[in-house]
Amino acid sequence: MDLPRLEAILSRYEGESWDLIPVLQDIQDAYSYLPKDELQVVSERLNVPMTQIYSVATFFKMFSLLPKGKHQIKVCLGTTCHLRGGGRVVESLSHRLGVEVGYTTKDMQFSLETVGCLGSCAQAPVMMVDDKYFGRSTVDKVPKILKLYK
Amino acid sequence: MVWKISDETAYDTLGEEVHLTINGVTIRAPQDQSLLVTARQNGFEIPTLCYHRDLPSEGHCRLCVVEIGEHPRTQIVNSCTYPTQAGLVVQTHSETVLQARRMVLELLLARTPKAKLIQEMAAAHGVYESRFKTDDPEELCILCGLCVRTCREVVGVSAISMKGRTPDKQVATPFMEKSSACIGCGSCAFVCPNNVIPYTEKEGIRTIWGRDFELQPCNVCGNYIAPKYQLEHWAKITGDPVENFFVCKDCR
Repeated sequence: MDLPRLEAILSRYEGESWDLIPVLQDIQDAYSYLPKDELQVVSERLNVPMTQIYSVATFFKMFSLLPKGKHQIKVCLGTTCHLRGGGRVVESLSHRLGVEVGYTTKDMQFSLETVGCLGSCAQAPVMMVDDKYFGRSTVDKVPKILKLYK
Repeated sequence: MVWKISDETAYDTLGEEVHLTINGVTIRAPQDQSLLVTARQNGFEIPTLCYHRDLPSEGHCRLCVVEIGEHPRTQIVNSCTYPTQAGLVVQTHSETVLQARRMVLELLLARTPKAKLIQEMAAAHGVYESRFKTDDPEELCILCGLCVRTCREVVGVSAISMKGRTPDKQVATPFMEKSSACIGCGSCAFVCPNNVIPYTEKEGIRTIWGRDFELQPCNVCGNYIAPKYQLEHWAKITGDPVENFFVCKDCR
């Protein structure tokens, strides 16, 4: 376990129980997932039972208990994107990367997930890689987008 | 450890008495006490599944809904989490309320078609079948959270919690592994209204949440008292030596 790295995160907070979600978000950003040993330290430091951390970590989609890939691909399946073919984009990505939705490629490069709405329905169907938006994405644009990150 | 006194006995911690109307009857009740307790104390029965007098209300089951306010501006609220306030007008059995309760029961019946408690409660409200899809016909857990709250508030160890979110929500130990916090007391299995929590006791070993607990026999009569971990937990909270608990309550 990389204790100094975790200490750097914990030192930013006062160590109260209500710091739990911000601490978990920082760990998620730094490690790309929530490692079990680190959560144990967080539990002791913030005086929050492990059960509650597990409950929070499994409730919110932004947290993952399994390592995520280098790039996170989010495909919108909100109402508009769904109608304009978001489903086909997901299928194509899943096929090209060889992973099911919610999983990470073997080389740990890409994690594929679907989301409820990315907030730009006018650009539907929308997908996101890390923090970059790709509007009006279609099945034939998928290889070009993936190429940027390979 | 923080002891929460049940709201039915803790009059001194409640506010002053106020007047409100339940089903057209004016009554007096302490302010901020939950509407459910106020109604029950005055003889208005409200069905519940997730309420327990010794546990904090979390409003999981939604069976205790009541209608507050005056027509046409009424709203449906959880009576177990809504505070008693001066001048409230409450309906515990209006048509809107009964309709809401029937819907809740229909949904519960779809989730746990084989749970006796749900079948009986639904039948009492005139619900015999559900329009909704059943995911797992063997499911018995109604996610009332009584086990989770008992473990946290009464036992004070917090070994189990809710995992995930609906429709995959379930009660689990952290990481679905054997919980190191569990003391094997079995309170969760005891409080469960549908007896869902797997729990076995054989030859001095109690198995619960995937962990085996060695039971301590009584020093006098030899009957099993409780798991050793539980007695150690008692010793820790009382400050007495653990040997003091090795005699069962009948032999003391």
